[in-house]
Amino acid sequence: MVSGSASRRRLPPRLWLSGLWLGLVIFAAALAPWISPHDPLNQDLFAGRLPPLWMEGSQPSYWLGTDNLGRDVLSRILHGSRIAIAVAFVAGICTCLIGTALGMAAGYFGGWTDRVISRLVEIWMAFPPVLFCILLIAVLGTGLVAIIVAIIVIDWTRFCRVVRAEALNQSRMDYVESARVAGYSRYRTLLAEIFPNILPTATALLSLEMGIAVIVEAILSFVNLSISTDAPTWGGMIAEGRISIHQAWWVLAFPLVALFLTVLSFSQFGEGLKDRFDPVLR
Amino acid sequence: MRVLQAATARFVSTIIAIFGIAIVVFVAVRIVPGNPIAMMLPPGATSGDIDRLEALYGLDKSILEQFAIWLGNALQGDLGTSISLRRDVLGLVLGRLPATLELSILALVFALALGFALALAGARYRGTPAEAGIDVVNGVGLSVPDFLWGLFLILLFGVIWPVFHISGRITPQSDLPFATQFFLAESLVRLRFDLAADLLAHMFMPALALSLPLAAMIGRLLKQSIKETLHLDYVETARTRGYSENAVIFSEALRNALLPTLTLIGVQFTFLIGGTVIIERLFSYEGLGNMAIDAVINRDLPLIQGIVLVFAVIVTAVNLAVDLTYALLNPRLRRG
Repeated sequence: MVSGSASRRRLPPRLWLSGLWLGLVIFAAALAPWISPHDPLNQDLFAGRLPPLWMEGSQPSYWLGTDNLGRDVLSRILHGSRIAIAVAFVAGICTCLIGTALGMAAGYFGGWTDRVISRLVEIWMAFPPVLFCILLIAVLGTGLVAIIVAIIVIDWTRFCRVVRAEALNQSRMDYVESARVAGYSRYRTLLAEIFPNILPTATALLSLEMGIAVIVEAILSFVNLSISTDAPTWGGMIAEGRISIHQAWWVLAFPLVALFLTVLSFSQFGEGLKDRFDPVLR
Repeated sequence: MRVLQAATARFVSTIIAIFGIAIVVFVAVRIVPGNPIAMMLPPGATSGDIDRLEALYGLDKSILEQFAIWLGNALQGDLGTSISLRRDVLGLVLGRLPATLELSILALVFALALGFALALAGARYRGTPAEAGIDVVNGVGLSVPDFLWGLFLILLFGVIWPVFHISGRITPQSDLPFATQFFLAESLVRLRFDLAADLLAHMFMPALALSLPLAAMIGRLLKQSIKETLHLDYVETARTRGYSENAVIFSEALRNALLPTLTLIGVQFTFLIGGTVIIERLFSYEGLGNMAIDAVINRDLPLIQGIVLVFAVIVTAVNLAVDLTYALLNPRLRRG
């Protein structure tokens, strides 16, 4: 979709900066077992609450210090990225697929399809998301699958609304009429003609949604409603760091920075894509 | 007359929405896997014991019967008994609600102050590097959720520069003079400024964390609206009549730029109230949201039901209030 002049234009810093960080996190998630200096679950009570490398009393192999049980903070952050990235991609992509499919159907077919889907979206929007999430976790139980299902169930409307409007716009364009005249079936028009024009919007939204998924997982791990406490998660580390904050601030601070940069990068990447795809701005 | 008709219609639809949410909550909570009754009993309880307790909480009847009983009781103000705390749900919820309301309102005040300051500064210094700086602040504020702001504030004002309390609502003490649960409001009415200061020192960080995303939203939208009105004829007229740029922004542009911002604040305030759930947990603040998380962890169905219902009533009430205010303030609707 990017035209020649746009690709020659300098890449905006927020796109490459956020892309760089996300690349790093994905790299860490893929290679965590091989690049971690320590076993993230290995406890060493004699090496508890060691400060990061540049502070007095640190040990050289623990770059970012250790937590209350003597586990290496850096290795736990690297391993924690696996859950974050897994939830971001699985929940993000599923939400995107379902929301986009329903949005395209509503916008292109119109009529009762549109009426049913739009009414459903309205009902969904009336429910405050945090409460909805609590209710769903209470119903589905805790665990990774429950979190992913909860994110999909709550957030599909985000895609549906935007894509519906976009599909409605596109279906009024001349090229859709020419496709009809050329004898294309409705489904073929939808998939081969309209879908490629919706893809940029959906991709930008997907990046935003991945950031939301990461934060939802972190919050649920923080309140101990996510996966079992054995596997390191950023939210779980933050919860432990919150308790021992006056003794060892680094247990809270480093996973927090990782989470912050990841959430910020997903949203800035999405915003950057949105600007870049926007034909008016281009 | 048309306003009155619209208001009535809006009121009826609000009641229908609350009823709908009640049904959803009721059904959702009934299909929870795991038996909460079994968790209440000591190990070694017989199935007869379980049956007796189920009968006590009405869980042995059909779903429809249970709903009819629950709805009838709820309309009389009886939301059942909490399974984990073994106390009346309505009493528990009403005991915690004032803490959450005070926190939400303080957060709204912070958001308005910060958002207006950002918007006015951005509009005043439009086109300069200062405006670009404000845009970056707004952008970061928008894309980082309240939970993360809360954690950063804990590191900043709890550890690096410990000036505020990081947990609780008030410093524990034996002789609290309060008759209601509205501690902050009551301490001000009773002129106990020492207690008010202590409450504010506890509430400052959670309220600020809740307010930052909303402040960024207000800042962005209001600045945009002000900049748009600055090009309109009557503003130009004011300018040619010798008004200073500050006066033009404050007295002419701001007034007319407010309406879209008001709608935004209304909608986003309900999200802010939802955000109290996790922020209260983070700061160990004894409000409704903190109780909601405990209720989920303990699988306390009647309590979850009561809390979600109360939140839903608040959110729909705020939406109703916003729509009515909008109708009153919008001259196009008023004249009709």
